Amino acid sequence: MAEIQFDHVTKRYGDGFEAVKDMNLEIADGEFLILVGPSGCGKSTALRMVAGLEDITDGELRIGGEVVNEKAPKDRDIAMVFQSYALYPHMTVRENMAFPLKLAGVDKGEADRRVTEAAKVLDLEQHLDRKPANLSGGQRQRVAMGRAIVRDPKAFLMDEPLSNLDAKLRVQMRAEVSRLQTSLGTTTVYVTHDQTEAMTLGDRVAVMRAGILQQVDTPKVLYERPANLFVAGFIGSPSMNFFTGHVEGDRLRLPFGDVPLADHHRKALEQEGLRGDIIVGMRPEHFEDAALIGDQESQGVTFDAPIEVTESMGSEIYAYFSYEGGEVASEELQELAADAGAADLPSSGGSQAVARLNPESDVCHGQTTRLWVDASRMHLFHPQDGHALRADGDGAPAAPSGRFAREHEREAQEREPEERPAM
Amino acid sequence: MQHTGKEKAWWAGANTLVIAFAIIPVLWILSLSLKDRSTLGDGSVIPKKWSLDNYQEIFKADEFVNAFVNSIIVALVTTAIAIVIGSMAAYALARLEFPGKRLMLGASLAIAMFPLISLVGPIFDVWRRVGLFDTRPGLIIPYLAFSLPLAIYTLSAFFREIPWDLEQAAQVDGATPMQAFRKVIIPLAAPGVFTSAILVFIFSWQEFLLAISLTSTDNARTVPAALAFFTGESQFTQPTGSIAAAAVVVTVPIVIMVLIFQRRIVAGLTAGAVKG
Repeated sequence: MAEIQFDHVTKRYGDGFEAVKDMNLEIADGEFLILVGPSGCGKSTALRMVAGLEDITDGELRIGGEVVNEKAPKDRDIAMVFQSYALYPHMTVRENMAFPLKLAGVDKGEADRRVTEAAKVLDLEQHLDRKPANLSGGQRQRVAMGRAIVRDPKAFLMDEPLSNLDAKLRVQMRAEVSRLQTSLGTTTVYVTHDQTEAMTLGDRVAVMRAGILQQVDTPKVLYERPANLFVAGFIGSPSMNFFTGHVEGDRLRLPFGDVPLADHHRKALEQEGLRGDIIVGMRPEHFEDAALIGDQESQGVTFDAPIEVTESMGSEIYAYFSYEGGEVASEELQELAADAGAADLPSSGGSQAVARLNPESDVCHGQTTRLWVDASRMHLFHPQDGHALRADGDGAPAAPSGRFAREHEREAQEREPEERPAM
Repeated sequence: MQHTGKEKAWWAGANTLVIAFAIIPVLWILSLSLKDRSTLGDGSVIPKKWSLDNYQEIFKADEFVNAFVNSIIVALVTTAIAIVIGSMAAYALARLEFPGKRLMLGASLAIAMFPLISLVGPIFDVWRRVGLFDTRPGLIIPYLAFSLPLAIYTLSAFFREIPWDLEQAAQVDGATPMQAFRKVIIPLAAPGVFTSAILVFIFSWQEFLLAISLTSTDNARTVPAALAFFTGESQFTQPTGSIAAAAVVVTVPIVIMVLIFQRRIVAGLTAGAVKG
């Protein structure tokens, strides 16, 4: 067991493409860290650098305090679970699991004991003498886990280990992985593109985009205090709704009505010196059917929403409504939406938003319903670089390295220098 | 899939035709080799007078036994070297990116296409000067030049099929690149390795042009060349019976090779390696 440190780690390919840019991250001993992001964001590359399967172009990678940049995978004492499981098809389950032990020169009796023990933990005892071809997907996945745990390595690396399983099995295995990690207490880095997996599994979640670390924190903080537009849009399902708002004195003009600015919002805007247009984010659950809100009405605003689609989940209803004007037309956000795969979702059309309503609501598609939104809980983002605007200032800069914010500032300045607000 | 009776009959007919076409010459040779000298020319498929004289005769003569030993040594050594070097080269071609990769693959193919006959003269001259003429290495070296491209091409196709993840998994599991190659890649590429081995073995076993041009004595002469030097009892008798017997004898190792390795050439060996 050991901690893993990324110290200004960069991966640049031969053609100049930077898959991972100046990554700084410390993963504590025994921690379960999730690397999450859309495909192509560099999360797998980061993981493979830890494994030693990718060279590190710049910076230092330390495992247990020791710089491992130049070490071969076999000398790093880490175990990896591949997305494809990568089981050796010519070996039985037992031989597969014993393979790392055999290579490490563990004697036969000890190896047998450890394989049997791991098989018991993973419920594979009756399959030990079968070949991987004769196993189901879930069993193969467990064998891959078994091969990792028999060795008691310094760290587990998992590269989307559950993405090949069907939905139901994935939920089961998710719990299994979590249980295993807790009982073994081994440092684990887990790569996924599925934000649900990220939110449910990790001690901390690191969100990546285009090779840059956006925010690293507990799932709760990521959800409640996203550092920038990207994290806000990526974490949460259905994802956050974004609108363009216009600040006028103490009020914020939104496409569907004016809302009073809460104290903390006003303070944040004052600190940034921002007036005029800003980006406003609202989580679906902060909307409610106006008929069901009781005495909270004063915190927000009620408006008439033409409901286009409803999805009843039993415990809640998702209502998609359209609105006029105030679409967030920022190029960055569109790219962000496409990045997160949200481009295919109706809510990302710019003029459609989703609300999560109490199942008691009698909302119906094709009708206009009076909705209420809790204005005190909305998120404000900088219109140019997308960092979160917060009174305590820890929304900015966007990425820990600050490069995300800087780059976008630079772009913004090049585009419209005269409109650049003073910061 | 269900076949109608008509389809089955059609296939049975077609199969019989193909098999007969291939097997009749073999049967004819077998029949000739088992005939007594007096009935050699009678034209019947089933010998009227059975005899093993032809076989006894060829094994009594040093000419054939020496040639047989030469053939076995030359073919086995060529196969072994071609497979070892070929699998490493094929692996590099399948897995690594290096400048000139395409050129190398193309060049190796071009070499395999080169007409042997145009090389016989130059090789003959060179071999005589360097002292490789009429030696076993003198045959093994040109055979390698022609069989390596074949082996590399077959093997790299097989290596490309093996998921890269497996090798990386082996490395993370603590294997050196060589161990990963030996314990994971080679066992998985076994069908390819055996297929190439058979092809190379057959190529060097039956090669005639170089064998007859680059040898002059029993020292290195292989069976195909030796057959041409068979003589009858006297200068007036044809050595038909002995040639037929020798031809049958040299077919046996090939048949054995194929039967042994055929069991290893099973498709779907990699099934279940990755999500299937």
